[in-house]
Amino acid sequence: MLFQQITNGLTIGMIYALIALGYTMVYGILKIVNFAHGDIYMIGSFLGLFFLKELQVPLFVAFIFSAVVTALLGITIERAAYRPLRKADRIVPLISALGVSTFLISVAQLIWGTEMRPFPTSFGSKTYVVGSVTISEIQILILVLSCLLMVGLHLFVKKTKIGTAMRATSINLTNAALLGINTNRMISLAFAIGSALAACAGIMVGIYYNAVYPTMGYMAGINAFTAAVLGGIGSIPGAMLGGVLLGLVEALAGAYISTQYKSVISFAILIIVLLIRPSGILGKKEINKV
Amino acid sequence: MMSNQQAILEIEQLSVSYDAIKAVKGISLHVKQGEIVALIGTNGSGKTSTLQSISGLHKNNQGTIRFEGKDITKLEPHKIVAAGISQVPEGRGVLADLTVLENLSLGAYVRKDKKNIALDLQSMFELFPRLAERKKQLAGTMSGGEQQMLAIARALMARPKLLLLDEPSMGLAPIIVKEIFQAIKKINKDGVSILLVEQNANMALSAADRGYVMETGSIVVEDVAENLRSNDIVKSVYLGISN
Repeated sequence: MLFQQITNGLTIGMIYALIALGYTMVYGILKIVNFAHGDIYMIGSFLGLFFLKELQVPLFVAFIFSAVVTALLGITIERAAYRPLRKADRIVPLISALGVSTFLISVAQLIWGTEMRPFPTSFGSKTYVVGSVTISEIQILILVLSCLLMVGLHLFVKKTKIGTAMRATSINLTNAALLGINTNRMISLAFAIGSALAACAGIMVGIYYNAVYPTMGYMAGINAFTAAVLGGIGSIPGAMLGGVLLGLVEALAGAYISTQYKSVISFAILIIVLLIRPSGILGKKEINKV
Repeated sequence: MMSNQQAILEIEQLSVSYDAIKAVKGISLHVKQGEIVALIGTNGSGKTSTLQSISGLHKNNQGTIRFEGKDITKLEPHKIVAAGISQVPEGRGVLADLTVLENLSLGAYVRKDKKNIALDLQSMFELFPRLAERKKQLAGTMSGGEQQMLAIARALMARPKLLLLDEPSMGLAPIIVKEIFQAIKKINKDGVSILLVEQNANMALSAADRGYVMETGSIVVEDVAENLRSNDIVKSVYLGISN
């Protein structure tokens, strides 16, 4: 029972982590919360469904196509809804984000309707029994692909020139620009990577629950945002850790306390962590630069 | 030195405003090829705004800024770096969470010539041996003087033709300031033109060929450094010498 819950918790935790990365990368650079990010994840899921069902491409091709198109969507959203507001008060891009969120949900409803749709793939239903744990094919995919994506992101950010430039931009936008870094391009890149990761998460969740629907980004978005804050918003390892922790807490609380109270418990933990460490587990304290 | 050469940087009638406040009021200045030019003045006189404008950080300016004869007034900051102007900003601007080596590598971000970048890295470690000892250290954990050295070395990694220095002496011990200024003179000898903003007028004028004095957004005096050092206003206000 315990190991089963840990497996389930890790599975959903990986999904939270993938989505949380999008929040944290954008916040790290622009200090805004992209509240449309959950809906970008939803669009990614629908796009995966579209490529799989309408174009009949193999599953991994659907992942790639959806990630690319969703990345372009993320870049477009930044250009249209956030860049013109760069110098505005912090509340203004927040309102713009809520507008984008409503817009994306409405577009999804127009194209795909309001009802829940199944994910038409035979992949994922097969299960394996390892000791006391039953694990499905899709759970293995979620665990493996999420790990690969996160290790890949980590290496990109730490080891490549562009990744280092991205970190520089997130530390200080002006000083990065003074080094010759095209900071607008770094911002676009953060949106692109975050959106592509969300799209992958969206497709995997679609298969896992065999359901895709226009408002699926709401709770996923809130949970992933919570994970980002828990881990320390702005911190990439923080988002990964926060996502996994939140998934585990939810699964264990659901199993041992009450399914109805699992969200209450995870949000209570968030509040406690923030009371003790306002910057999150791996977050940096705000340093006043003189 | 080389005062008959042509101007590498020309600023004409530059004005910078923040909302209702005019920080720079139509100043004109130039830096000739190979010169060190000092821009001195008290806090809030508009020196930093001037440097930021050259680097492209303010876009609602009036006036023109030309670099090597080309108008760069409307260029984005990263294109200005690529054109050959690097700035060491006020407060040094080192990226605290990155290592010394990462900071230096980012200095060469606009360059593609890998071999020469490696060579330049070595010459930076010769110019500031202390940076070599601290290669792997996070930049934010170093002392103010070391951070200033890093900031200068990092700016040089772009191989600039013009180096803008904003208050390189700020908050540093006199012995470190001396070391920094020796490095500045050496950099200039190697062919980099320098525009130096300073409150430490004494230090700035002893290193510079020419100087401008700024007061509340305007240039009030302009002369060769030697004459400025004996100028009565400069002596009383900026050098603390009264007659």
